[in-house]
Amino acid sequence: MAESWVKRSKRQLRMLVKDPLLFSVITVILLSLIIFIIYPLIKVILTSVYSKNHFSLSVYKEIVTSWYLRRAFLNSIMMGTLTAVFGALVGFIFAFTLTRTDIPFKKFFHIIAIIPIISPPFIGALSIIMLFGNNGMISSSLLHLANTKIYGFRGLLFAQIVTFFPVAYITLKGVLESISPTLEDAALDLGGSRFKVFRRVTFPLALPGIASAMLVLFVETLADFGNPLILAGSQFPILSVQAYLEITGMYNLPKGAGLAFVLLIPSLTVFLIEKYWVSKKKYVTITGKPTSSTLKLVSPLVKWVLLALCIIFTLTILLIYVTILWGALVSVWGSTNTLTLRHFAYVFSVGFKAVQDTIIIAGISTPIAGILGMVIAFLVVRKKFPLKGFMEVSSMLSFAVPGTVVGIGYILAFNSYPLLLTGTLLILLLNFIFRYVPVGIQAGVAILQQVDPSIEEAAIDLGADAKSTFRKVTLPLMVPAFFSGLIYSFVRAMTAISAVIFLVSSNWNLMTVQIMSQVESGRLGAAAAFSVILVIIILLAILMIRSILNLRYGKFGGTTLKF
Amino acid sequence: MSLKLVNISKVFKDPDQPNKQIVAVEGVNLEINEGEMVSFLGPSGCGKTTTLRIVSGFETPTTGEVWLSGKMINDLPPNKRDTAMVFQSYAIFPHLSVGQNIAFGLELKGYDKKTIRKEVDSIMEIMNLREYYNRRPDQLSGGQQQRVALARSIINRPSVLLFDEPLSNLDAKLREQMRFEIRRIQQKFKITSIYVTHDQAEAMIVSDRIVVMNEGHIMQVGTPFEIYSKPVNQFVADFVGRVNSIEGLIVGLNNGDGYEVTFGGKVKKIPSEINTLGMNDSVKAIVRPESLRIKNFQEGDESLFHGRIEKMVYLGPTVEYDIEIPGRDPIYAVTHNPIEEGFFNVGDEVSIDFSPKAAHLLKKE
Repeated sequence: MAESWVKRSKRQLRMLVKDPLLFSVITVILLSLIIFIIYPLIKVILTSVYSKNHFSLSVYKEIVTSWYLRRAFLNSIMMGTLTAVFGALVGFIFAFTLTRTDIPFKKFFHIIAIIPIISPPFIGALSIIMLFGNNGMISSSLLHLANTKIYGFRGLLFAQIVTFFPVAYITLKGVLESISPTLEDAALDLGGSRFKVFRRVTFPLALPGIASAMLVLFVETLADFGNPLILAGSQFPILSVQAYLEITGMYNLPKGAGLAFVLLIPSLTVFLIEKYWVSKKKYVTITGKPTSSTLKLVSPLVKWVLLALCIIFTLTILLIYVTILWGALVSVWGSTNTLTLRHFAYVFSVGFKAVQDTIIIAGISTPIAGILGMVIAFLVVRKKFPLKGFMEVSSMLSFAVPGTVVGIGYILAFNSYPLLLTGTLLILLLNFIFRYVPVGIQAGVAILQQVDPSIEEAAIDLGADAKSTFRKVTLPLMVPAFFSGLIYSFVRAMTAISAVIFLVSSNWNLMTVQIMSQVESGRLGAAAAFSVILVIIILLAILMIRSILNLRYGKFGGTTLKF
Repeated sequence: MSLKLVNISKVFKDPDQPNKQIVAVEGVNLEINEGEMVSFLGPSGCGKTTTLRIVSGFETPTTGEVWLSGKMINDLPPNKRDTAMVFQSYAIFPHLSVGQNIAFGLELKGYDKKTIRKEVDSIMEIMNLREYYNRRPDQLSGGQQQRVALARSIINRPSVLLFDEPLSNLDAKLREQMRFEIRRIQQKFKITSIYVTHDQAEAMIVSDRIVVMNEGHIMQVGTPFEIYSKPVNQFVADFVGRVNSIEGLIVGLNNGDGYEVTFGGKVKKIPSEINTLGMNDSVKAIVRPESLRIKNFQEGDESLFHGRIEKMVYLGPTVEYDIEIPGRDPIYAVTHNPIEEGFFNVGDEVSIDFSPKAAHLLKKE
């Protein structure tokens, strides 16, 4: 086999050299992937096993023997697991209610459920502190509690569920929509009770989707950085935060790198389980004929229970956002309740550079990530070349690698000549580009797999060469995927924190990092005002991209755009 | 614009087992005359689509040569070949309107807008697509999409038009209409054409000649009449309609007026173009079901066989029978015009015969 692989690669290489444009594009992409995705990870591992220029596992010995760090590891795993379970549960209840009952205001509930996705991930933590913290509106003003125990396990779990259940909701909504309701009708028709049909048909069919949603939540929670930094506190250490503190607080690079590597292992494991095992178990019951749900699976009583649950979740989310908005508008949170715009004034004067920088960085990096994603998708689906598998896996890797690890990897890898990038705009841009390229790749691959290859053959048959086939046929067909990937990666870039917190500098700063530091210095009003402006910018950007798209491509393919 | 295939073979490598090779086409020789429409007919996997894709340039033959109008075009990439393909899936560009789809090839050739519009309008007129110029493809029915695909190919006036099972995605009624439509257009423009199909009726309707293929080899090339009435082997006989293969023995050699063949004692003189059969060779007489003569059995009947109706299917214009014959394979027969002529019922005793002219002799393998 090894020999035949070499032979095949040689043959493909010979073909490739005949097309210099394609050859150079592939070479440049492969090199970039190695330098900006693989190399930083290797650097993390190397740094963790080299102390004072010789090989040593002392860092890992320290991690294993330290009671506190063991605790942090177990806490991270526990938090990930519990968030996965409860987040998937809430997501499933929402998705099931919206796809299998005829409750009113479905659109409203849908929007509520995806709002947390377009917000900075620590918005939940911020509002929890505002509501239940030491100066919290509910804990202190209403209940007059002197010392609340919101820091630590309970508060963090709550924040993580609110932050991450929308991811499960979106996945599971797709899964439940793809399960043809005729299967449920058939089971009911065969005499199954409603609960039995749910237990024996709907649930088993949805199970692979549920498992995959849970694994994704686990990885995201494990990697998350914002909520634990604000809420975890010293009594409840979390691995990602500890790695951050080692690097920025203690300047202990080997130990920080060691912790990052420890964080990487469960994330990668779960990612591989998802990719190679769970995703293969998914059922596809698409019949090709549109079937409208008959909505007979849920009895009236259950429907009201589900509706009540959805209303409770909705009110919780609304409470969080109203709190943020209110916090941005009152003078001093928890004591002076006069309305003021001074927090916004602060953002637009002192903090305005961060707003500007954020928009510039997200604005430059997302289109590049989007185009790169389309090109990689095209190469992977339609072309044959050596190292194609490597390109596929490495470009998707950032889905699995926690941001903290990437951030640490970047400062370790790019702090010396010839790749001296720390403190520059470039390091932030590169980080964003290679972190969000998988979004574009996924969207691009999905659409290319739907495009019948004979459509491209038809263009060739009519006389188009490779370049004009790509330009006149393939590219226009990928446009909707490009834009939906663009929206998503823009949102991610605007709300990212875990990797970039290591990379910002006084020259280039980001809003999310600003929000964190405002929270840490107790200026909740300013943090809230920053958050409100951040969400507004994201909403405006989404509206803008969508209206451009509708204007230009509304006639064709506009329906494929989903967000 | 004649097309010539010389000794074409195509060997694929099995992607899972690099050492295993799959022979898709082997030793195909064929000459297609200018303006002629030829069908490649055969079951799936017989190599017909591979051969078509070799002509279009999407596959390179492992051995052999493709000649078009006296030029060897093996090394010409598909976009430079003067061939146009009508795809099974239509392959209409979903992001372009009907008009833009049809204009695609002319735009690539760099024609000016006015000429393109004129050409597009005239072809749309011929294809009955006039009012759809600005429609988007997903607003068209399957039949209309098929017309767009055909118009998009024809507008380039290709030397050779290639059809890859173009009607297999249409419903039965539309399929019947479009066969005639395709034939009409092909005759109007007199374009040399290859039509790939697994449907024998389709092949008979659209083509001047039929090429029957099986397992990568050409079995027979001939007009629809030749293929149906004089199949060269059992495969061809079976593939182009139902058939009875009646076993017999040569008892008299062919002296220009046919072989004498005995069928269980009764001898018939069956005309044949071949001379290679010998005395006492086992043969099969290929007889189509509609060529059999059936009547009520009467004592003293001199007919070939005597049997009993096992199954009767009334289809309106025709009636089909399975007839049980002692010591022989059952016979499948069809009679016409049952309203006037009447028909037989299950259990009826019948006698069966055929005219020597209706039989075609094959050597028993």
